[in-house]
Amino acid sequence: MTDLLDNEGCARLNELIDEVTSTPARIAVLFPAVARSVGRGPTDPADPDGLVTSRVEDQARVALLRAAAQGLGRADLAREVAALYRHGDADEKRAVLRALDHLDLGDDALDLLGDALRGNDIRLIAAALGPYAVRRLDVHSWRHGVLKCLFTGVPLTAVSGIAERGDAELARMVDGFAAERRTAGRDVPADATWLLELLSTYEED
Amino acid sequence: MRIFDPHIHMTSRTTDDYEAMYAAGVRAVTEPAFWLGQPRGSAASFYDYFDSLVGWERFRAERFGIRHHCTIALNPKEANDPRCADVLDVLPRYLAKDGVVAVGEVGFDSMTDAEEKAFVRQLELAGEHDLPVLVHTPHRDKVEGTRRSLELVAASGLAPERVLIDHLNEVTVDLVADSGCWLGFSIYPDTKMDEHRMVRILADYGLDRMIVNSAADWGRSDPLKTAKTGKAMREAGFSEDDVDRVLWRNPVAFYGQSGRLLLDPIDDAAVDQTATFAGNSVLRGQRPA
Repeated sequence: MTDLLDNEGCARLNELIDEVTSTPARIAVLFPAVARSVGRGPTDPADPDGLVTSRVEDQARVALLRAAAQGLGRADLAREVAALYRHGDADEKRAVLRALDHLDLGDDALDLLGDALRGNDIRLIAAALGPYAVRRLDVHSWRHGVLKCLFTGVPLTAVSGIAERGDAELARMVDGFAAERRTAGRDVPADATWLLELLSTYEED
Repeated sequence: MRIFDPHIHMTSRTTDDYEAMYAAGVRAVTEPAFWLGQPRGSAASFYDYFDSLVGWERFRAERFGIRHHCTIALNPKEANDPRCADVLDVLPRYLAKDGVVAVGEVGFDSMTDAEEKAFVRQLELAGEHDLPVLVHTPHRDKVEGTRRSLELVAASGLAPERVLIDHLNEVTVDLVADSGCWLGFSIYPDTKMDEHRMVRILADYGLDRMIVNSAADWGRSDPLKTAKTGKAMREAGFSEDDVDRVLWRNPVAFYGQSGRLLLDPIDDAAVDQTATFAGNSVLRGQRPA
């Protein structure tokens, strides 16, 4: 990501990484301040909220958390990740969700996915449905997460592993959603049509 | 008249207040963390409150063209409640955030040992996080509370110009004027200070380090008291530049020491009432006409 930062931001991020590598507990106060100290902004101007692509501050926060994880045992890491999420604003929470797949947490961070998917913040819904969710989230919750994307307008390109994890049950749910929209005289989102087409092969299995 | 209200509890105010404040010239505020009129039952209740100060309330203010900052602290009154003691350990996570422009309100309520311990610890935190401090002075035994607050500030090693001593009046102004700290005055409908007494203090002491706020909250208070003080200043012969200094440049200079003010103007296009924060809007399901 360093090509996305100016020289000063890059140098500052490296300092922060060194700091949490030697003192992992410092992540508690360095993580929230990352955007102010390193830089912020979309990496793709067409995706300003970072639904599909990580924003600059997301990438810096993930790098910091990975560095801190090197010096923390599994239980301490799980506690710190939970605290960063609990006390984080939406930007910080999104970065924690994006980091999960890079951390050796087993199922310990599933509660965070549950929190993100219960809410209405599309930035968090999108970030929750990354590779960690593909590997760890129970299939019922994962399907409902995908359906929530269609309801809230999160582009499905933000969701990892649709082709591997999609199944006939998801197809049934999306088909029901599309039918309800048509009955109400409303448009069916293009993503729903695309997903039904992708999953049609599963229905035939 | 452009106004920065440096102490107002917007969480307790309505959208009508935001509209009236904007119409009166308010373009930025700082909301100090304080108590809610009834005790919190746990530390977690503070965390939800801090989350709203750095999140929902900042978003809500922007919908009305007003920049919102906050200060974060364990307040003096609840520093006495052992159920809330854990807050001190979690404060650093919030003091690190964007838009947090001071540690506060700290200080005394009933002058207890627990209050003093929390006060001293939070002065240390201000040093560690390179933030200014907002000090609340007590309603009861105000002179002694102010005097002891100044002693603790001096002992902390913080530079006096990094500290704002608030809720002053004619009885306590001398103590603080000599200390080098900033002087805050809360203008209320019928207690503490009113705008005409404030104008007399400004005439007597000058405008240097002088801060005027409404401290409007859930009690009987008036979010337009800053504007009314500006009007009273003009009627008493102060210039428009004097008013601008007291109501804008002074609070900007004080909180600007944090390096975290968010004062870029909000253009009309950004005041989008349909925008959402965490998926929720200020419209309660309505759409603007």
